[in-house]
Amino acid sequence: MGTHNINFSEQFEFTGKAKTLSIVGIVLGVAAIAYGFLSGLHERTFANLLLMAYYFACVCMSGTFFLAIQYVAQAGWSASILRVPQAMAKTLPIASIILIVIISAGLYSHNLYHHWHADGITDIKSPNYDSIIANKSAFLNVPFFMGRMVLFLGLYSIFSMMFAKLSYNEDLAGGLNSHRRSFKIACVFLVIYGFTTPIFAFDAVMSLEAHWFSTMFGWYNFAAMWVSSLAIIAVMLILLRRAGYMKWVNDSHLHNLGQFIFGFSIFWTYVWFAQFLLIYYANIPEETVYFAKRFEYYKFWFFLNLLMNFLAPVLLLMDRDNKRGDSKLLIVCIIVLVGHWVDYYQMIMPGAVQAGENGFGVIEIGTAVGFVGLFTFTVLTALSKKSLIAKNHPLLQESLHHQL
Amino acid sequence: MSNIKYILGSFGDPDEMMHGIDKLQENNISIFDVYTPMPIHGIEAKLGIKRSRIDIAAFCFGITGTCAAFALIYFCAVIDWKVNIGGKPSFAFPDFIPIMFELTVLFCAFGMVLTYYASTHLFPGRAPRVMDLRATNDRFVIAIDAKENVAHLEIDSLLKGAGALEVKYNERKYISYE
Repeated sequence: MGTHNINFSEQFEFTGKAKTLSIVGIVLGVAAIAYGFLSGLHERTFANLLLMAYYFACVCMSGTFFLAIQYVAQAGWSASILRVPQAMAKTLPIASIILIVIISAGLYSHNLYHHWHADGITDIKSPNYDSIIANKSAFLNVPFFMGRMVLFLGLYSIFSMMFAKLSYNEDLAGGLNSHRRSFKIACVFLVIYGFTTPIFAFDAVMSLEAHWFSTMFGWYNFAAMWVSSLAIIAVMLILLRRAGYMKWVNDSHLHNLGQFIFGFSIFWTYVWFAQFLLIYYANIPEETVYFAKRFEYYKFWFFLNLLMNFLAPVLLLMDRDNKRGDSKLLIVCIIVLVGHWVDYYQMIMPGAVQAGENGFGVIEIGTAVGFVGLFTFTVLTALSKKSLIAKNHPLLQESLHHQL
Repeated sequence: MSNIKYILGSFGDPDEMMHGIDKLQENNISIFDVYTPMPIHGIEAKLGIKRSRIDIAAFCFGITGTCAAFALIYFCAVIDWKVNIGGKPSFAFPDFIPIMFELTVLFCAFGMVLTYYASTHLFPGRAPRVMDLRATNDRFVIAIDAKENVAHLEIDSLLKGAGALEVKYNERKYISYE
């Protein structure tokens, strides 16, 4: 397709079926959460809320990460699709607030993180005393924990807003100033992000089982959030293109995203396996307790996780045509997205819910549907605010003529 | 004229060469091959070159490596000589995976190198077959089989009209044996 018939002020209109469905999703989610609380399953409902809020925030902050690596690598191919991760980045403040509210509500009502947050747990005279937790309490105490959460999510949100703002300035003013500033900000952001995401994952998820620890856990979570974010970007591009928007997105852009998803699914497996193999091989009870729990109560999910996040993308995306064909890529992306829900499910549930109370039913599905609706609603609202192409991006022509 | 095997049109600019390809194709002159010092977008589609099957070869080499590693470890550690490592069963599959992964990569890499050598006739110590030496440096060369296309004058004028800096008539296919 030639590039002369591109409408550089094309804007997404968020109406009709997409809007109705996302609101229906939110309503269903609220209903499921209400059902969870009313039926007395507080812990399980909170665990689900944490799961989906964490997923939501991780996907949005990986959108910012995507923007940052494109700027730092001076990548040209992605210049015309940057508005989609930008919309995700702009949603990050909302996602952050939701995550912080859920974490603090769960923390103070003792429904989440009760493993290290209980009365007298660090007091040697108390019957609740736990020496391991007491030794970790210099790091794992409520003020510092909440402070870190707010600091990390706040930093990521500020950077997200800066990227979005600079990109809109570029639309209005043109020139290279915004691009150069984005490059500098991206360098700073990547350093902060690289050092803080593991700690963020330790706090939000690993501290649910505070006796256990794994230094691979941060990277394992990073891989999960990054690959799920790439899958979301691909899904959004495919659906937008089907709805008649962004006609300049060609098979080569999808091919690049497909390669990314393929590669980072393998990276996710690599990190997952690095964590698993060391624990399995060393066979130290303090460490194997994590997998013992999962193998005893969550065996199905444990294997489903590997099937959906490793075997499915590797086998289905290996072929070049599957990365380029949008219906096949869409299917793989949805498998990966559901797969990472399963991944988070078996990360969070065994620690957050007592054995026997866990399950899969209305609460799980409802909360997931609710957050999918929320994500769709907020991200598409953000996307509809500005034009779908950053028309003054200096590398735009390279992206429009992208060919693999 | 009788001994001429190949006509080479040598271009200084890739766009002019692409134009030359169009011109030749319009006149139904079949192109033997094109040599360029750098990859050019869209040239495969224009010349109708089939997609490389090296990915299939890579998969086959890789899966051979996986199977070879599994067979080797299984034979050594399970059948032939059981070793008690940390009280684990001798068929401890997770322990096999790193080695299976490594041999997959190794077989795949070596296999791809050999496939590349075989398909380009490059081997260590062998003089490379080149039709025009400057195609490895700064020229974009279209090669036309002179036996199949007998209208040599027409080819000459088409190439020059498209901007060829030089048209060569080679009596042997490769010049680099000398």
